[in-house]
Amino acid sequence: MSTILFFLPFLLLFAVLAIYAERKVSAFIQDRYGPMEVGYYGILQTVADLVKLLQKEDIVPTKADRKLFLIAPILVFTFVFAGFAVVPVTSGWEGAPIQTGVFFLLAIVSLDTIGIIMAGWASNNKYSLFGAMRSAAQIISYEVPLTLSVLSVVMISQTLDLQQISIQQGVHAVGQETNYLFGIKALGIDVTEIGGFLTWNVFRVPILFITWIIFFITSLAESNRAPFDLPEAESELVAGFQTEYSGFRWSLLMLAEYGMMLLVSFLGVILFLGSWNSPLPNIGSVRLADWTTGEIGTLSGHLWSAFWLIAKALLMVLIQIWVRWTYPRIRIDQLMSVGWKYLTPIALFVLLIAAVWRLFMI
Amino acid sequence: MVVLIEIPFYIFSGLAILFAGVILFTKNLLYGAFSLVGTFLCVAAIYVLAQAEFVAVTQLMVYVGGIVVLLIFGVMLTNKITDKGIITSSYNRFLGAIIAISLFVVLFYGILKINFGAVKGQSADMNNVNQIGVELLTEYLLPFEIAAVVLLIALIGSSVISGYKTKETDE
Repeated sequence: MSTILFFLPFLLLFAVLAIYAERKVSAFIQDRYGPMEVGYYGILQTVADLVKLLQKEDIVPTKADRKLFLIAPILVFTFVFAGFAVVPVTSGWEGAPIQTGVFFLLAIVSLDTIGIIMAGWASNNKYSLFGAMRSAAQIISYEVPLTLSVLSVVMISQTLDLQQISIQQGVHAVGQETNYLFGIKALGIDVTEIGGFLTWNVFRVPILFITWIIFFITSLAESNRAPFDLPEAESELVAGFQTEYSGFRWSLLMLAEYGMMLLVSFLGVILFLGSWNSPLPNIGSVRLADWTTGEIGTLSGHLWSAFWLIAKALLMVLIQIWVRWTYPRIRIDQLMSVGWKYLTPIALFVLLIAAVWRLFMI
Repeated sequence: MVVLIEIPFYIFSGLAILFAGVILFTKNLLYGAFSLVGTFLCVAAIYVLAQAEFVAVTQLMVYVGGIVVLLIFGVMLTNKITDKGIITSSYNRFLGAIIAISLFVVLFYGILKINFGAVKGQSADMNNVNQIGVELLTEYLLPFEIAAVVLLIALIGSSVISGYKTKETDE
């Protein structure tokens, strides 16, 4: 139920604010103001744009494949939105209770391509087609390191359930699993009670930090963000696969793109950065982790865990925006060689080390 | 409870058959490919209803990955910008019908022979994933390893074929 009740309104609000943030961040990086006119400090600019978009005519090109052209944006959004079904919201409010949550999300991330290819092909426009082809090539290439990096985490956590992975990374793990400092039992320092950032996966098993970087790079590629935004490279392909779209359908495609950013951010936070657990550790009698996590199921537990999860995810989105306006776009052959020649071997190597590290933990 | 599962089951089976029909009767290669995606999604939904969520997600992951490659070829072959696009027609109707009917008879006979009462019912909250992992590395180790070797051979074969260059095309 969390999908309809929470994520649908949240996603809409997020898209409005993220587009505003994108414009503001890009403006600050380029030393200008960005939108300033509508609302205080331009905060209602996206709302105004949205109203304009919804009033626009829904144009279907004469030579386009009408049926597929009309379905494609809905399909793209549906696939992305389906991914939110398994994402937990708070410590007491998990998503759909399936045991294979991580596996499902990996499948969803690649399903998105089908909608993009459909949009690109149905538009009957050479730029759209190029965008769609690039998107397919890109997602197939980057799926391999993405899956390998997620596999490292799954091997450490020994579960595919997102909520279970979340519980392991904080003070609620007491009684279920013992966390040692840096995951090495031989050190003999038990940090299960201390919690905080020390039990996050990137600290629990420090090698996962490299995995997280690989995950972040591939997640940028999977959500078609710069420097991997070749499917919609505006300087060469007009707007890529969405060139022919206008009005409501174009805004659906944009919503799906920002939804994808949010989805991979949620996944990254849950897998690597402690999910809904507080970053503050318990220090002696100052129970910062207990105070800022709350008991599972209580009101404070819901509020704190939702706050940490969403705050971390939004921070990741901000990093994605920051990266976009900092790095130039890479060429298609560079994209392929980064994916296959560097990220995949590194991910495989880290997977091996993570397997060995797992032996230190028991 | 039974009705609650049966209604979506019939909806998804109907949709799967509908999409399969589109694959059979469409002239457009890409429509066929997209319908294949629809069929696979419906079959995945049926797996979910049968409480085999791991199989369902594997279905999404493996077939959708394969389908995307298929779609790329579809796009390349039916590029509407340069030409009219390839129209498919049906060949070997007689042979195809014989194979389809004989396969149907074998499966139908086999399913009728199963004594469903003897099949152990399993509780829904059992940990699917662990069980599959343990079974794969104990009971079904040999087929699992053979499948891995076959995949490795396919991988080597494809890289050999794609890396093969004749003297004329070599620069």
